[in-house]
Amino acid sequence: MRRWLEGLKQLRRYPSAVLGMLLILFLVGLSVYTVVAIPYSQALDLWRGGDHWRMHPVNASPVWADRLRGGDLPETQIISSDEVTARVQEFPGGRRLQIPLGFDYQSSAFPSELNLFLRVHDTERPPFVRFIWQAPDGSEQVIGGRRVARDERVSISQDWGLERRLGHVPHVGLMMDPGSGNPSQPEVLTGIHTMLLDVVMFDEAGSVSADLVVYGRVHGIAGTDHQRRDLMVALMWGTPVALAFGLIAAVGTTVTTLVIAAMGVWFRGWVDATIQRLTEVNMILPMLPILVMVGTLYSTSIWLMLGVVVALGIFSAGIKMYRAMLLPIREAPYIEAAKAYGAGDARIILRYMVPRVLPVLIPTFVTLIPTFVFLEASLAVLGLGDPVLPTWGKVLNDAQEQSALYNGFYYWVVSPAALLMLTGLGFAMLGFALDRVFNPRLRSL
Amino acid sequence: MNRDTTAETLLEARDLHTWFELRQWGFLRAGHVRAVDGVNFALRRGEAVAFVGESGCGKSSLARTLLGLHRPTRGEVVFEGGHLEALDKRGLKTYRARVGYVQQDPYGALPPFMDVGRILSEPLIIHGVRDRETRQARVRAALEEVRLTPAESYLSKFPHQLSGGQQQRVVIARALVLEPSMIIADEPVSMLDASVRVEILRLLRNIQVERGLTLAFITHDLSTVRHFAERIFVMYGGRIVEQAEVNELLDHPQHPYTQALLAAIPDPDPDNADREHAVPGGEPPSLANPPPGCRFHPRCPEAMAGLCDRDEPPDFEPRPVHLSACWLHR
Ligand SMILES: Nc1ncnc2c1ncn2[C@@H]1O[C@H](COP(=O)(O)OP(=O)(O)OP(=O)(O)O)[C@@H](O)[C@H]1O
Ligand SMILES: [Mg+2]
Repeated sequence: MRRWLEGLKQLRRYPSAVLGMLLILFLVGLSVYTVVAIPYSQALDLWRGGDHWRMHPVNASPVWADRLRGGDLPETQIISSDEVTARVQEFPGGRRLQIPLGFDYQSSAFPSELNLFLRVHDTERPPFVRFIWQAPDGSEQVIGGRRVARDERVSISQDWGLERRLGHVPHVGLMMDPGSGNPSQPEVLTGIHTMLLDVVMFDEAGSVSADLVVYGRVHGIAGTDHQRRDLMVALMWGTPVALAFGLIAAVGTTVTTLVIAAMGVWFRGWVDATIQRLTEVNMILPMLPILVMVGTLYSTSIWLMLGVVVALGIFSAGIKMYRAMLLPIREAPYIEAAKAYGAGDARIILRYMVPRVLPVLIPTFVTLIPTFVFLEASLAVLGLGDPVLPTWGKVLNDAQEQSALYNGFYYWVVSPAALLMLTGLGFAMLGFALDRVFNPRLRSL
Repeated sequence: MNRDTTAETLLEARDLHTWFELRQWGFLRAGHVRAVDGVNFALRRGEAVAFVGESGCGKSSLARTLLGLHRPTRGEVVFEGGHLEALDKRGLKTYRARVGYVQQDPYGALPPFMDVGRILSEPLIIHGVRDRETRQARVRAALEEVRLTPAESYLSKFPHQLSGGQQQRVVIARALVLEPSMIIADEPVSMLDASVRVEILRLLRNIQVERGLTLAFITHDLSTVRHFAERIFVMYGGRIVEQAEVNELLDHPQHPYTQALLAAIPDPDPDNADREHAVPGGEPPSLANPPPGCRFHPRCPEAMAGLCDRDEPPDFEPRPVHLSACWLHR
């Protein structure tokens, strides 16, 4: 135990190891935070998409990416009827409500979309609503009117009639400055725009509430994808998934490989021969195609993939390496002594042979972790990612399917790739330093 | 257990053979190395005996066979009346607790990744001493017995932090911790610095006398053997060629090989320092292809043509309780 602690102390002398550990610490911290902040079931639910995200813009880039370039792309504004005062007029058999959903718009770029979400409460008789747009210059534009059932989404941006009338898509046409010179290059009319809802209720008790969503072009730290999902969910949840996959796969393969190699060396004879032949066969089996096959024909569950990776990793080239290291150890006098005082086979393998190789194993094991993290990501990029889990690889896969780079959504590719790289870098730097601490002979090389 | 040996005898080797298969190209059988080739002796409870012989004559192989680490090709080892080959797994484990083993290379004999406390606890754990306190007490007692005091200061040391002499004391403590009735020590001091050799031998001897242990130790060094053993077995080419009480054998060596060995004891006089290499002349015999007749005859100054190179000599008793396998005593 003390030897390990001393090794750790020595690590402090390697700046790369300290940096690597900080990176790993950051990733671990992020994982812990993620798992606590967004419970597993909630993450799966969010990532499935749908209604959670209706107020998020599509393919919005991260805020910081725009601000770094000095841009002023708009963020999403949600104007709720709860925050404004409506004018009420009573009349026999009903009421008339005038709800002004006003917002101050200062960005020089148009929003990406306009939607209105309406909810009708406490009435069986659908009210009639007229939508009027009031621009900062005092002009008014009647968008239309209709009866509104219980819950309704009014997709202003998808209103083809309005688009034809305005000559532009509605979220441009409604907000542009009519005085701007070139009609093919409309400019934003900044100031307070108001969506006035003129509601006629045929009931004394009923009421209407509304949310006007002026979708921005930037969103949060990570941006959003084509399904309006906040990429932050996947980037955050990708961390624990990647670390767990890498760690379990690395532990699973290295430990079993070592123990099996030790068994072959200790028992010799047919045990050893069988292990060697299995290894040789397994070494020429291509791992990726097998995984693709399993994923295609059976299931792409991450746990199944993990199992296959570990199973294929057990009889890997490592067996040959450990065997070469263990062969001389087998003949060590202390092993003979252990046998002479009655130690059994299992004890000799696990307590007397394996510990001798552990110092070599630790750095190998640490550098192996990112290999498996990358493998998982590669599988996801190939479309064999876990069907429900949000992971970095899935984000990359979506980005690829949506031609993110062609469309200029660099953030969609860069952020998961950066996290993957940080993971690789952190473990590699720590692993190389560990190698030097635990295998001092390398130091002089 | 069938009681077919006298109560006084602790361990007996009967017509013991340990042959190692020689393989050519990894699979073709190419004969045997006859490391132990027909050995008979009986060790009494509480006595110390020495096996001497030059390198490669099968001493370590004999020790390992007695410890049950090699399966004898033929013959048997009888311990406290029980046949070693007939023991089942549990019986063998019990046997291993009854016989301690001290190896030649103390550093190699200790697992480098365990501290002394752990090294000495291992045999106890293996033999089912569950209680930590008991284990610690026995470990401490063993350390004190080999004069590593205060025991506490050694418990957390690793082998590489100890001197060669201290390492060998730990090895001896490990052999003692299960309270065996016999200890087999294979050249326990040959890898140690000359200054601590006598100390370690004296320690082993004292423990043996105090505990009434049977001690079989293997040595190259005939000069010190007088003080640390009561009987000597001289081995040559996988066999015992001469055996007697220690003083009797050293003062009246009968076998020409023993005589040559004694003549080869390094002379303190530096003028004669190179004499030890001169005698006995010639090569040790090949154990894979031993010479016919007496194995020593190619090197023997008194070899008789037509007899020594044809017939194996039986044990003669030229002097009382002194056996020698040489046709000279015919
Ligand atoms: N496990 C083994 N397999 C094959 N041959 C062996 C084995 N152990 C020993 N031998 C051979 O048996 C012969 C006797 O070896 P052994 O180690 O018993 O001699 P020794 O008297 O102890 O020699 P030394 O004084 O050098 O220790 C040698 O020729 C050796 O090569
Ligand atoms: Mg030897």
